[in-house]
Amino acid sequence: MRRLFERFAIALLMVGILAAGTLTARAAAYEDALPKFTLDSFSDTADAVDAIAGSGSPHAAALLQALKDQRLLFSATDKKVLIKTADGKLTDAATGQPFTAAPPADLDNVRLNNRLRNLIDAALGALTLMAPDAGKRYDAAQSVFKSRDASAASALDKAIAAEKDAGVKKVMQEARAALTLADESASPADKVAAITIIRDRGDQDAMALLQSLPADSPKEVLAAAGDAKAKIERNLALWSTVQNFWYGLSLGSVLLLAAIGLAITFGVMGVINMAHGEMVMLGAYTTFVVQEIIRTRYPGLFDYSLAIALPLAFLFSAIVGIIIERSVIRFLYGRPLETLLATWGISLVLQQAVRAAFGPTNKEVGNPSWMSGAFDLGGILITYNRLWIIVFTAIVFVALLAMLRFTRLGLEMRAVTQNRAMAAAVGIRTARIDALTFGLGSGIAGIAGVALSQIDNVSPNLGQGYIIDSFMVVVFGGVGNLWGTLVGAMTLGIANKFLEPFAGAVLGKIAILVFIILFIQKRPRGMFALKGRAIEA
Amino acid sequence: MTTVEYNAETTSALLYLDGISVSFDGFRALNELSFVIEPGEMRAIIGPNGAGKTTMMDVITGKTRPDTGDVFFEQGKYDLSTLDETEIATLGIGRKFQKPTVFEMHTVEDNLQLALKNDRSVKATLFWQSSAEQEARIDEVLETVRLKALRNRIAGSLSHGQKQWLEIAMLLAQDPKLLLVDEPVAGMTDVETMQTAELLREINRTKTVVVVEHDMAFVRELGVKVTCLHEGSVLAEGSIDQVSTNDRVVEVYLGR
Amino acid sequence: MKSHPLIRMLDRGSTLFLVLLAAFAIAIPVLNLMVPAGSALHVSTYLVALLGKYVCYGLLALSIDLIWGYVGILSLGHGAFFALGGYAMGMYLMRQIGSRGVYANPILPDFMVFLNWKELPFFWYGFNHFAYAALMILLVPGLLAFVFGWFAFRSRVTGVYLSIITQAMTYALLLGFFRNNFGFGGNNGLTDFKDILGFNVQAETTRNALLVISCLALGVCFLICRAIVTSKFGKVLVAIRDAEARTRFMGYRVESYKLFVFTVSACMAGVAGALYVPQVGIINPSEFAPGNSIEAVIWVAVGGRGTLIGAVLGAFVVNYTKTFFTTGLLAPYWLFVLGGLFIGTTLFLPRGIVGTWAHWRAGVKEKSEAARSAAAEDGMLPTAGSPSTQPSAAE
Repeated sequence: MRRLFERFAIALLMVGILAAGTLTARAAAYEDALPKFTLDSFSDTADAVDAIAGSGSPHAAALLQALKDQRLLFSATDKKVLIKTADGKLTDAATGQPFTAAPPADLDNVRLNNRLRNLIDAALGALTLMAPDAGKRYDAAQSVFKSRDASAASALDKAIAAEKDAGVKKVMQEARAALTLADESASPADKVAAITIIRDRGDQDAMALLQSLPADSPKEVLAAAGDAKAKIERNLALWSTVQNFWYGLSLGSVLLLAAIGLAITFGVMGVINMAHGEMVMLGAYTTFVVQEIIRTRYPGLFDYSLAIALPLAFLFSAIVGIIIERSVIRFLYGRPLETLLATWGISLVLQQAVRAAFGPTNKEVGNPSWMSGAFDLGGILITYNRLWIIVFTAIVFVALLAMLRFTRLGLEMRAVTQNRAMAAAVGIRTARIDALTFGLGSGIAGIAGVALSQIDNVSPNLGQGYIIDSFMVVVFGGVGNLWGTLVGAMTLGIANKFLEPFAGAVLGKIAILVFIILFIQKRPRGMFALKGRAIEA
Repeated sequence: MTTVEYNAETTSALLYLDGISVSFDGFRALNELSFVIEPGEMRAIIGPNGAGKTTMMDVITGKTRPDTGDVFFEQGKYDLSTLDETEIATLGIGRKFQKPTVFEMHTVEDNLQLALKNDRSVKATLFWQSSAEQEARIDEVLETVRLKALRNRIAGSLSHGQKQWLEIAMLLAQDPKLLLVDEPVAGMTDVETMQTAELLREINRTKTVVVVEHDMAFVRELGVKVTCLHEGSVLAEGSIDQVSTNDRVVEVYLGR
Repeated sequence: MKSHPLIRMLDRGSTLFLVLLAAFAIAIPVLNLMVPAGSALHVSTYLVALLGKYVCYGLLALSIDLIWGYVGILSLGHGAFFALGGYAMGMYLMRQIGSRGVYANPILPDFMVFLNWKELPFFWYGFNHFAYAALMILLVPGLLAFVFGWFAFRSRVTGVYLSIITQAMTYALLLGFFRNNFGFGGNNGLTDFKDILGFNVQAETTRNALLVISCLALGVCFLICRAIVTSKFGKVLVAIRDAEARTRFMGYRVESYKLFVFTVSACMAGVAGALYVPQVGIINPSEFAPGNSIEAVIWVAVGGRGTLIGAVLGAFVVNYTKTFFTTGLLAPYWLFVLGGLFIGTTLFLPRGIVGTWAHWRAGVKEKSEAARSAAAEDGMLPTAGSPSTQPSAAE
């Protein structure tokens, strides 16, 4: 307590000295700067921030962070500065020790304005440039690049000299270059060199930085900036193409997932199942039910909910599919138009049944932690759910191909589709194969439902949104050919995303539909249709 | 092996096929197939399954386009490989399918009415009126195929053999220059088979006929020049006795 | 059968149908306008509008039956032709509002003023004239059907493929008409109509007149359909339905036949839509919903395809059932009923009501006539439906 009192005395003294202007703030140590926060004036706070940033104290970063988060408290009467930690406890800013005494009555936040916030950011940036964690250093360098705070220059130079990580060093150099560009006293040659570094960065921020160059800069600087801007533009265009491609791939895999079950029932069996979308919907609702049970009973398993839902959705949709095949479709073989109508009726019944059971509104299906979030790859943002759906689609596709090629069931399926009578003659139970094939197609639709529940609204209408697109994919790709379905889905997905920037989402979609309508006129059996006598019979 | 030395421009043939090849996904259905049919001729075409008989019919009638080769009709006047089914039918080539295909929901008379040689345009059929002359022609055709009593029956209710005859009758009503008849006696009784042979010979008095058939007794009964196809090309050609004693034919087709 | 075409057209069933239709068209207005409101026989104006709607549905069903029942083309896009006819009529009705709209703009419909449009788009020109609108009611659906059919039939797109692309066409139109900048009122469509040919669309007399006109249109279109299907042309259509390749090898240009009848059918659907719009007072993009087109197909299936009369009957029966269900407590069960109709009809009643009845009658007749030639005295004896006769329709 005595020590504390002494410090107070010193602090008071310092304040007096400071006020007298006999000592510059820059020279003052961390502790000397603290009392300035108690004066409740923006300019004093600014001085204190500067001083603390330059003090080199181990407490500096924590204090500035607290200030930024509005967790720095002061008492004007006690001349005391306290930090409120994230969990609400108080620590003494001067020592970092817990503050155990009763809090002063006039405790208040240190107020901030925008100028101060910028100052704090820059100061924090400079401070964390030397942080032991490479990620923090990287972020700090990025924030200097964006703020272009000249005061960070010397800290940055030191950091560059000390930096071992090439990636972080590069960003630091970019930040340094940004500072050089902003520095009016830098020589034109230095600026040109800086522009080269900025140009190689090549992103939207680099572009903004170059655009902010004053028009009265030296000629050679402007010329270099012009070249750099052109290059960055090309670079950005490239990334936007990559981005469109990525989005297209993502849409394509969603389409493929929805269509692949249809490729089996329509492509392999020739059964046109208008209730296919509802099989997808049932899969999505299975996921919802699984998550509900996990939420109420075993919350710890939430991250595994999709893994649990997958087999269940497959089984459920497959069983519903087999029931449909045995009870309706098998009576309609050879009458595709009637099958179309009957399965449309089934789709209405299933939708209404789900509506009656779960209500007409959207159901909340959560993303497990490993599916939320995103990361940067070059110039594009990649979200985990998109990434996982692409990976998942690929796995389903390969598994299905392997199943058709290497298993007994696959062999019998192909036999039945190629020559039903012959297959029956060699002892294959064609009725069983029909039911299983239809069940397989429906089950895969159910799996698709699990994936789609992660990116789409889970409602009774979920399936209707996919049915037309799915048919387009199968017909476009060529009936009876899974590879065709793959290429069809990806082509349509990517084409759609490349059209969107020009035509808008709706017109883009219309254009795709019109294209397919015209395409089918040209190649009535799709891109990869089988040729020959058999299919005409 | 026969080599054809006709020239497309100077041929006297009604039907002229030269070097026709067709493949489906790597499978060669027709392989350099060449033969000619002279006007007024009747020709029987035999061969094992997959020899290309039906594909040959498809090429002649425009259903399948040849990958290479020439198909000419009427002394080289028409290049059939550039025409579609409708145009070829209008030129005067009638085809009877392997599986009897009559219009099951129409009466026998309506089937013939549709087949009668008439203007086939939309306008003509919309405002069409039956005439005594056409009625007489239908009578005549029905007489030829011995179906007169069944004139008002729905075609779908006819027996298999009657449907085959009705289809031949429809070909006659079309009044084509060339008839392509695919397996006319499949599934017929022996009596019906002999009657059909007689019927075809009768038709051959005024028309050129190509018959594809498996039934050797029937082919013998027809007593005409025979072409044997194998793997998409001509294996042997000549009288039935010549062909049926040909070693290669015995080996690949007739067996024994 | 050397009968005169007129006699062939007007067989017993068709005459009965036309007589009933005429009686209906006379009785309903009489019961609405002449019989006092308290009487048990009085027909409410609400019911008049409802029945008028059914008649339009009947005409739509007739147009579908002409191509599905007789040529085997299952169009899932007739709702689109219906809606296009409706929009053409709606545009005329919008222009008739004139300065009575909310924004009182004498030229621009309200939604255009709302969107800050300064000028009428060119495709709205002329719609203030009824004759022009009437022409468009036939021309727009007809032209779309012609262009679409020309591409599709020429390249021999048949069966389910054709059904799927007609559905895609409808879906594309749905998306388009939802957009504001398409110039058809976007999401809200066209509504708040005032006058048709100078008569108030809400007035009782106008509603009755519209019902009578709808019946008249149905009667005329029915006669046109009968003329088509009983001619030799109609026989070619059935031939195409049952054995398309055979017909082609006989020298008939199948695509021209299909194209002609598809276009005629689309025009009829357009007329149905045009008569429908003033009676319900609104046309919006939901009419393009693919579900609507398929629902119209089931009317035909229930009534009996390939019978014409059955199509109209089916439209009445199914829509009456729909009204019965959806206006009461049973509303949540309607989709089960509709779904059940789709499944049940295809499985258990493939000939539909009229087809089954005609089949049964033909059976009885055949027996009584000592199994001798039971001549198909008209085109509507057992036509479509039985599984064994259908495979080629879907080749």
